[in-house]
Amino acid sequence: MNDWIERQRHLLDFTLTSLARRKTKNIGLLVVFTLLVFVLASVSLYTQALRSEAVRVLEQSPEIVVQRLVAGRHDLIPPDYLVGIGRLRGVRSIETRLWGYYYDPVLKANYTLMVPRTRTIEQGEIVVGPALEHTRGLGTNTGISLRAYSGELHTFLVTDVLPHETELMSADLVLMNEDDFRRFFNFPDGHYTDIVLSVANPREVRNIGLKLMEMLPDARPILREEVLRTYNSIYAWREGLLLALLSASILAFGILAWEKSTGLSADERREIGILKAIGWETGDVIRMKFWEGFVIAFSAFLFGYVLAYVHVFYLRFFLFEPVLKGWAVLYPRFALTPQIDAMQLITLFIFTVVPYVAAVLVPIWRAATTDPDTVMRS
Amino acid sequence: MLELIAIRKAFNQGKPNEFWALDGIDLEIPQKGVTVLRGPSGSGKTTLLTILGCLARPTEGRVRLHGELISGLPERFLTEIRRKTFGFVFQQFNLIRGLSAIENIILPSYPTGERRSVLLERGEALLEKLRLSHRRDNAVEWLSGGEQQRVAICRALINSPQILIADEPTANLDTRLAREFLTILKLLADEGRTVVMTSHDPVVADSEVVDRVISLRDGRIVPDLAQVFAQAFG
Repeated sequence: MNDWIERQRHLLDFTLTSLARRKTKNIGLLVVFTLLVFVLASVSLYTQALRSEAVRVLEQSPEIVVQRLVAGRHDLIPPDYLVGIGRLRGVRSIETRLWGYYYDPVLKANYTLMVPRTRTIEQGEIVVGPALEHTRGLGTNTGISLRAYSGELHTFLVTDVLPHETELMSADLVLMNEDDFRRFFNFPDGHYTDIVLSVANPREVRNIGLKLMEMLPDARPILREEVLRTYNSIYAWREGLLLALLSASILAFGILAWEKSTGLSADERREIGILKAIGWETGDVIRMKFWEGFVIAFSAFLFGYVLAYVHVFYLRFFLFEPVLKGWAVLYPRFALTPQIDAMQLITLFIFTVVPYVAAVLVPIWRAATTDPDTVMRS
Repeated sequence: MLELIAIRKAFNQGKPNEFWALDGIDLEIPQKGVTVLRGPSGSGKTTLLTILGCLARPTEGRVRLHGELISGLPERFLTEIRRKTFGFVFQQFNLIRGLSAIENIILPSYPTGERRSVLLERGEALLEKLRLSHRRDNAVEWLSGGEQQRVAICRALINSPQILIADEPTANLDTRLAREFLTILKLLADEGRTVVMTSHDPVVADSEVVDRVISLRDGRIVPDLAQVFAQAFG
């Protein structure tokens, strides 16, 4: 046992000195491989964090949103709709919502104006999203005049700014009083933008959606799970898009790493021959080279992953941010909750370290199984 | 001690460029003493040396070590025999660049699993014996040809082998260094080791340290003309 441990120590010792002897090649490999892991890990960490963030925020959103369609376009909910929905079994509560879009020519951006369900706002006052605070300079007790689509000018006092934690969803939000909202948009009394339903049994959500479509054929029920799915596919699509954009460089990095690692130099071949001739077994040579490849790949994996973690969660993913987060004038600024998904980590490890080590071993195995007498003829 | 029976060795066998480097060699290397394999280029000296040193297998024929047939053993066992019984000094010395003299010397002992301190002690004793202690920690590429060869000899002796195999050991040395090598050779022979080497160099073949010269031509052992004349007219 002691002999075995000593033998492994000797192998490791030789591996480390061997790495140090080919400093330039190995540092080059480490840098290229770290970059490769960094890019892949950054993209996957960021999309995973975005998805989790969306799930976290949407957890508090209603289970079903009912909208009305006219000629395939979103239309206002008339008063008689509420009566019919109220009779549906399984619906715990019904709430109406008032919201609309407003284009601000000053910022050349759209705001979402909304009457909150859980917060009372006095007439003439508004609460704004964090993006308006940093782009329009709105803070508590500042005033703003907005010209309605009728041409009338309305002045509001900002009484609060929404918390930054919700910025992903509330960046462009303007919350206001119902009367102000109806006056600003000339919104007819008794009509609403949409209706939100909460359902007593979560398993019944889909059934209630179907019943709604039967009862109100011009209604479009939107389920929370569908919204989540849409977010997921948007982020997955953007992740794919970014990876496709980066694929050329990832491929170039990959080829470079492959070339560098699999190409045995004449010096390395000679060294393997010498080791075999002086009494090293083929297995010893392969084990030594395996450790060499593993040390490089594993260090690169660690460095790349840590760099990606810092890039995503502390440097706000500044290198690739616009592609994954989407383009907007009112850009949400938010800090993602740092998290590591074990499955994602293992997948990345399997797709980077394992092929690298395997790629290194094939030429070594070939060189190590050649007859040691070749060294006599070199 | 080391016996070759009807050894033949082919390269590129079955191909149009098939070549028989050795063609029916019967040879016995006795325990102790220095044997030199001599012959022109392409005569099969190095091939014979690789078979004697278990670095290659014969295409036909048998190799016995201490009466035991070893030519049919699997690679793993051959490696172990090579490590324990043979020490090698190559023509180009084949030291590993970037490693110090002492690290090169103890390298053949790594697979034995002996403690590093024991290996270092043994390596240092060899360096001392070959008057090279002052070069212990120097990278081998900075050593002179003679010093590199002495490091290679130390490396060959680290596992205390019975047989030392040397391929053209003086080919890269001037006459002074070649004579120095012969002094070392005498030291090893006096210790009771068996030395088998190839050499073109008359300084080596005619040296009194050498007990036996075997001449080769076209893959066969031929009578040494000098010895024939010496016996006939001497």
